Formats: sequence, C-alpha cells, structure tokens
Amino acid sequence: MKKQINLTVNGKAYSHEVEARLLLVHYLRDELRLTGTHVGCDTSSCGSCTILMDGLAVKCCTLLAVQADGANITTIEGLADNDSLHPLQEGFREEHGLQCGFCTPGMIMTAADLLSTNSDPSEQEIRHALEGNFCRCTGYHNIVKSIQYAANKINNKEVAS
Amino acid sequence: MTKMIGKSVKRVEDKRFITGKGQYTDDIILPNMTYAQFVRSPYAHAKVLGVDTSEALAHPGVVAVYTGADFAEINGVPCGWQVDFKNGDTMKEPKHPLIVVDKARHAGDAVAIVIAESREAARDAADLVDVDYEELEAVVDPKKAAEEGAPLVHDDVPNNICFDWELGNPKEEVDAAIAAASHVTTLEFANQRVAPNAIEPRSYIGDYDSTNDKYTLYTSTQNPHLIRLLMCAFVLGIPEHKVRIVSKDVGGGFGSKIFHYTEEALVTYISKQLGRPVKWTAERSEAFLTDAHGRDHVSKAEMGFDAEGKITGLRIKTYASMGGYLSTFAPAVPTYLHGTLLQGVYTTPKIHIDVVATFTHTSAVDAYRGAGRPEATYLLERLMDTAALEMEMDPAELRFKNFIPAFNGIDEPGYATNVALQYDSGNYAPVLERALEMTGYKDFRKEQAEARANGKLLGIGFSTYIEACGIAPSAVVGALGARAGLFEVSQVRVHPTGKVSVFTGAHSHGQGHETTFAQVVADKFGIPMEDVDIVHGDSDTVAFGMGTYGSRSLAVGGSALVKSIEKIIDKGTKIAAHKLEAAEEDLEFAEGKWTVKGTDKSIGFADISLTAYVPHDYPAGLEPGLDFSSFYDPANFTYPFGAHIAIVEVDKDTGKVSLKRFIAVDDVGNVINPMIVDGQIHGGVVQGIGQALLEHAFYDEDGQLVTGSYMDYAMPRADDVPMIETDRTTTPCPHNPLGVKGAGEAGAIGSTPAVVNAVMDALAPYGIKNLSMPLTSESVWRAMKG
Ligand code: FES
Ligand code: FES
Repeated sequence: MKKQINLTVNGKAYSHEVEARLLLVHYLRDELRLTGTHVGCDTSSCGSCTILMDGLAVKCCTLLAVQADGANITTIEGLADNDSLHPLQEGFREEHGLQCGFCTPGMIMTAADLLSTNSDPSEQEIRHALEGNFCRCTGYHNIVKSIQYAANKINNKEVAS
Repeated sequence: MTKMIGKSVKRVEDKRFITGKGQYTDDIILPNMTYAQFVRSPYAHAKVLGVDTSEALAHPGVVAVYTGADFAEINGVPCGWQVDFKNGDTMKEPKHPLIVVDKARHAGDAVAIVIAESREAARDAADLVDVDYEELEAVVDPKKAAEEGAPLVHDDVPNNICFDWELGNPKEEVDAAIAAASHVTTLEFANQRVAPNAIEPRSYIGDYDSTNDKYTLYTSTQNPHLIRLLMCAFVLGIPEHKVRIVSKDVGGGFGSKIFHYTEEALVTYISKQLGRPVKWTAERSEAFLTDAHGRDHVSKAEMGFDAEGKITGLRIKTYASMGGYLSTFAPAVPTYLHGTLLQGVYTTPKIHIDVVATFTHTSAVDAYRGAGRPEATYLLERLMDTAALEMEMDPAELRFKNFIPAFNGIDEPGYATNVALQYDSGNYAPVLERALEMTGYKDFRKEQAEARANGKLLGIGFSTYIEACGIAPSAVVGALGARAGLFEVSQVRVHPTGKVSVFTGAHSHGQGHETTFAQVVADKFGIPMEDVDIVHGDSDTVAFGMGTYGSRSLAVGGSALVKSIEKIIDKGTKIAAHKLEAAEEDLEFAEGKWTVKGTDKSIGFADISLTAYVPHDYPAGLEPGLDFSSFYDPANFTYPFGAHIAIVEVDKDTGKVSLKRFIAVDDVGNVINPMIVDGQIHGGVVQGIGQALLEHAFYDEDGQLVTGSYMDYAMPRADDVPMIETDRTTTPCPHNPLGVKGAGEAGAIGSTPAVVNAVMDALAPYGIKNLSMPLTSESVWRAMKG
C-alpha cells in the first residue's frame, strides 16, 4: 500500500509516494540519498539514526516515513549552511570527538537537541543526554568535551584549546 | 617550518564525517542492485533435513534463492593460522562452508540466501523458506566441550579438540617451582565471551562486470588485500587481478572486520551468477550471531612467590573456544598472542602454559581488541592483586619488587622472556610511579579506611601490562603457524608539482591515518600537510597491504612509509647534485630543500620533482619520475606497556559498581599525534571497562545467544564511565625508524583487570576474592549476601 507524504528536509520540500511500511531512515537514506544518517541496530538502542524532527531529536529507525508527513526534518547534512560548520561539528573536530565517524551524526544531532534546551550543560547532563547513543570508539571522553566546546562557543565563552 | 610530528594536529578526515559525507559500504547504491537476506538456523546444533525454497521463489520481487547444495563444489572459508597438536598431529580444520549443507553448527549459521529486488522483498521471502531441522544437543562451554561424551560440533573432530599446545619452561621445572613456593595464589575463572560491536554492521556489495570480466567487492573490512587473497585463491578460485576490493570508510572494527567472512564470498559469487550487484548489510541481531566474538577462555592460574614476595613460578591451564568454525586468525589468539605474554613485566623465572582449543556450538571466536593479550594480562594482574591481598602486601609494592629492570634495547640488550619473545625496550617502574602520583595513592588508603568506617565500599585496583604489537616479523609468525606474511607496503608518489600521494596498505577504520601519515610525510619532506594525500582501502590503487590490526599501522605501515620517503630523498639528492653542480655528499636535505653545505646555494622540493618529470637537464643514467614503493618487514614485535589504576565504589545495598576514576599511564614509544593516541587509549580503556562490568555474549545451555541485541547486551554508555585521566612516558622502539610502538589496543589490554581488582579490593571486607565478569550489580549483590 502506497501513501503520499509531503515533508521538508533540510529546508527543501519533498513529496513522494511511499510504501506504508517504509522506515523513515530508509526513506532518507535510499530515496533522498542523505546517507549521513546511519543504521547501527534494530532495537532503537544505538542512536546512529538520530535526526531532528520538528526540532526534537528522534531515532528515525523507529519511525515510518508516513509518520513524517508534514514534518520539518533536519539531518546532519542540513545542520549548517553550505561550507560552514555548526559549533557542534566544529567541536567534534577540535576535540577529536570522533574516530570511525559512524556514530557521529547521531551524536551531533542528539547534542543539538540538548543544547537547544540547555545551552550550558554540566558534564553529567551531557552524559545523561547521550544515554541513547552508542559510541564504540571514543569512550565518550572527547565527545563530552566536543559538546562542551560547542556550548562554550554558542555562549561566547572563552574556548580552551 | 614547524615540526608536525608530535603535534596534536586536527584530523583531516573529520570534515566528511561531521557533515554526513562519509561513504560507508551501506551508503552505496549501485544501478540495478539486488538485496540479499539470509535464512539462519534458529538452533545451535541441528541436522538440516531439507530446505524448500519454492514459496520464497514465487514471492514477488524475488530474483533467486540459494541453499548449501548450490555451493557444494566451492571450498569453504580458510583459516589463516595453523597451530598443531603437541604430539605433532595436524590441527583439526573442518570445512567452513558458505552455506551449510548437512548441519547447522551455531545459532545463526546460514541455511539459505534469498536475493530480491528490494530489502523488504528479500526479508519477506526469507520467511517463506521452509527448513526441516532435527534439533541436536549443543555444547557451549570451552572446557565442557572437551569432556568425554560432549556433543560433537564436527563429527571428525574427537572431543571437539581443535589442537592442544604448550609453551614455556619444562613443565616439571614449573611444577617444582610452584611446589617449593612459600605462597601460591590460585585463581580459576572465565574470561567471558564478548561481542566486538563496531557500530557499523558488516556490509558487502558484490558487483561483477561481464564486459571486463572483473569483480568489485565493496566491503567493511580492516584488511582489503588479505580478503582478496583469501577469497580469490582459497574460496572462489578466481584470478586475483580480476578482483577489486574497496573499503574506504569503515565504521569501527576492533578485530571483528579483519577476517574473511562467508558473506563476502557469497555476494561476490552470486553477482556473477545474476549479472547484477548484490548487497548484504547485517542487522544488529544478525551481527551478534555471525561476527567473530572475542575472549571465551576458561583458565586455572597459579603463581608461586618466595617469602619476600618475589614471583618464583607461573602455571596456567586454559581452555579456549574457537566457536563452531575456525575464523581467519582464531588459532593464534589463545596461543601465540596469549601464552607468549605471560612473562608480563615481571622477572618470573619459570612459566608454563597449557592450552586446549575446542569447538563449541557458538559463533566463531577470533581476535578482538588486544586478542589474547588482554586474556594474558587479566590472568597476571588478577593474580598479582589477589596475591598482594593474601600475603598482606601492598599491590604496588609487590609489582615494584618484581619488575624487569629497565633496558633500552640499543646499548642494553632486549629482554628474553621464558615464553619465546624478546622485548625490544622497557622501563616499567616509572609508569606505575606516575600513575600512583596521579592517583594520590599516598592518601588513598586513608580515604578508603575512612570510607569503610562510614560504611562505604571504596576500592582501588592495579594493572601493569605489556603487549606485543606491530605484528609482525613474517619469518617469526611463519614459524609460529601464520599462513601469511605480516609486512606492510607503502607507495609514495611525488607529482611533478611537488604534491604527494601516499598509498598505504594499512587501513583506517577510525585510527586517523589520513592525518598521522600525512604528518610524517610533511615533516620528512618539509612540505605543508595540505600537499599530502593518504589513500587506503582500494586494491586497485594501493599495490598491496596487510591491513590494520594488532596495533600495527604506524609501527609497520609507518615504517614502510619512511622507507619510501628515504628512497625519494635519495633520488632527489642525485637530481639536486646535478642541478647544483655539487657532489651528493656535499648536499643536505632539510626544510624542503637541498642545500650545498656551507653555502646559500639550494634547490627546493618542487623544483626537483618537476625536474624528475621533465628530465631535460638530468643526471645521466637516472630514471625519470619520483615514485617509490617499499615493503617493510619488521625485525621484531614492539612492546608498549603501561600502568592502569581504577577506583570504584560499590553500593552496599544494590551491589552496583560505580567507577569513580580511571588513571592510565601508557608508554607507546614515540608519538606522532598525541590527540589521536589519547583518543585510542580512551576508547580502549572503555571497552575494557565494558568487559569488566557490563558485557557478556552469553549462550545458554541450548546454544541460544541470550544477549543477542542491544536491548540485552550491555555496552558502556556515556554515563557509565568517567573522564579517563591519561599520561605517558616515552621509551622509543629501538628497531623501527619512527621509534613508535602502537597504541590501538593498550587501553583494552590494561583496563579490565584494573577494574575487577578495584571491585575485589572494595569487597575485601566481605572476604570475596574472585567473582566472574561482568561484575553486574546482581552478581556483586549476590556475593555480598553470601
Ligand atoms: S539505528 Fe536507530 S537507534 Fe540504532
Ligand atoms: S566514532 Fe566510531 S562509533 Fe563513535
């Protein structure tokens, strides 16, 4: 069974006929070819697929494409304009918050949600916010620092190098 | 120009990953591509009596369905390491078929493969394949598998024993040393099975091009050229020059992506049958069932001491699971990567280890971050802290008493161990001294006593480890049973304009070679890093390589790189001598130019490279071009070491272990990029913490993997761990040009026993000495209840 969906992704309007069973993550990856959103599990546990839907971080492996009808979605590809970097992207690079990079888009999108409601989180608040995201490479140490870097930058605080 | 080596240069590769532009295998969609879905055995051990594919074939969108019979003529996947029995009998090496024919030997063993137009159609049709199984009894424990009457994994492998093996001093001498000891510490435990769990699941695309009779395999591997060799020569029998392997961005490996997997051969083979690309990407639950796991040892360890606390002997007996089939490096892990590490950093005069490797009805077991060395370190370091407790000695003091004295491996010889290795250089006391200082150990015991008085269970644990990295000299590993060489290859191409492309056989799946290797090149040539590009993971552009594992990229691949760089500089010197009309001996190369010593006459790198490609005015007899390859086969392994200290608090009411602090002082030799090395240590340490406190790939008696998803398998999350406090000492490797030792596995090797020791220290008031990992709240709580 196919259904029409209309949605905005990274500022661009899309309209597609999709199978009712199609997962949003597969719609983004296969249909729109936005492959920065990854799939790391089949139990909504790893957070690799995290995107912003109407401003909130969601795991789009757990949503059907049809549930995104009318939604406004931001993926890692749309977090910053053109060649510029979002403070979080910059933070991950500056603080070595990634190794293999597979968890990174999900981490950044989760952190974007956190910083939108709490622009100056403590270490514990950051760790708590990342609870739904696995990283097997970094031990989280530098991910925490990356998010602190971005928070400081957003708050115009001195960024320790 | 500022030196690049030794600087925390930000990573060049990050841009594509932080913007979502990385290209992992599953991101690739080829025209006309089909999707594969496996039908996998729900039983650990079952006869396959029949497979009915008719309904699946009739399902809309299905292109083909294959069963074991379709591949009966094809060889199985080979094992790359042979360890023979003590009595000289050949290792048992049963066939590992692409799809099972007669019997399923672990839950998840493939019984059929469905190919369809879409992922969904393939999945639906796989449910329609009707398999007639006769379930049989299974065995999952590596020790029980060897008992008389245990169910057999392979009918032609008696008692499930793949091989037995020993190493060290004569057994009688070790027995005597232990019998004469004034104190013997004995521990029996499992080093539990864990799942590597790279966050990117394995993914492969086979793509056959009939016009050119050429195959391309896109694969999430750590090891592109070895996969090509194994698949072409041993499995599919196709010519190697007709196969291209592409593995550009790979989302973590930790060992699990070293090996040649059946699915790689299947998508490659089937793409030719169908004339269409075939993609398979593991689901996480499938990854749990089919990725090679790590550890799974059951050991008895005994260490003898004299009255002063000097170690007099060490005796180990280990049962190691190989799983249902032999994976690529499986036999090497409990033997040459484990038994050989039992000297540790101590002067133990007599050591003997006995290993029995068994088949069990479980997923294959092979190298996982550290591979054998974490298991060895766990044995030694658990023994040390337990002995200290039993002998009422300070665990740090006990270690200082037993450390091998410092040696630099240059004017002082390397250290010959009792277990076949020759350590290159080492200085073990300073790492522990520094770690104690960072911990504030002097005050800790006071704090602990106060905490205890207040009803709080605070504990500290130590681990002083050594590892053998930079694997390895080909002649040595060959003598030990490796069926491949373990050198590394580099090609450095200087373009006419002085820009540089480097092709390396090392493979990055998170290690950051595009940065560290470029730092080395930029420094040696005196050119900006932006002028250097590092290429890896494509067998059509990279001549050859042995891949990345065993912390070998920089120690072996980096050394191969330096060899090519030196050849370029040598040739450049010849050209410069001609241009400057000077003798070669009168030239020096520094800061990107050749200068006639004592003059201001010089010529730059880009001028020389242009001359090499436009050789109008050129030395007679010299070939044009500036492009060199090198193979580097190291003289020895490298031996990084370190001291890890964990501080934990155990909740009296719930048994929950909270890791308060983790201090890691590592010596990995010289460091090219401290930021990247620290990152490697953080990640390794947390994986080791995961094994100590959370992780267990647990098979029940029937061979069902109970923890087969992220819902059930507990892996460290951000709020399970503290910041990792790191520092370093530097004892350069004496036998490679960069003096580097490797940092990829150190964290995972050192951290696990430190954490477990800390929990045991916290539980000392309860008289608890030995608990099995993982130390979950439940197991700790039960132990406290008695
Ligand atoms: S892929 Fe969505 S949570 Fe793992
Ligand atoms: S960077 Fe590899 S999983 Fe996080």
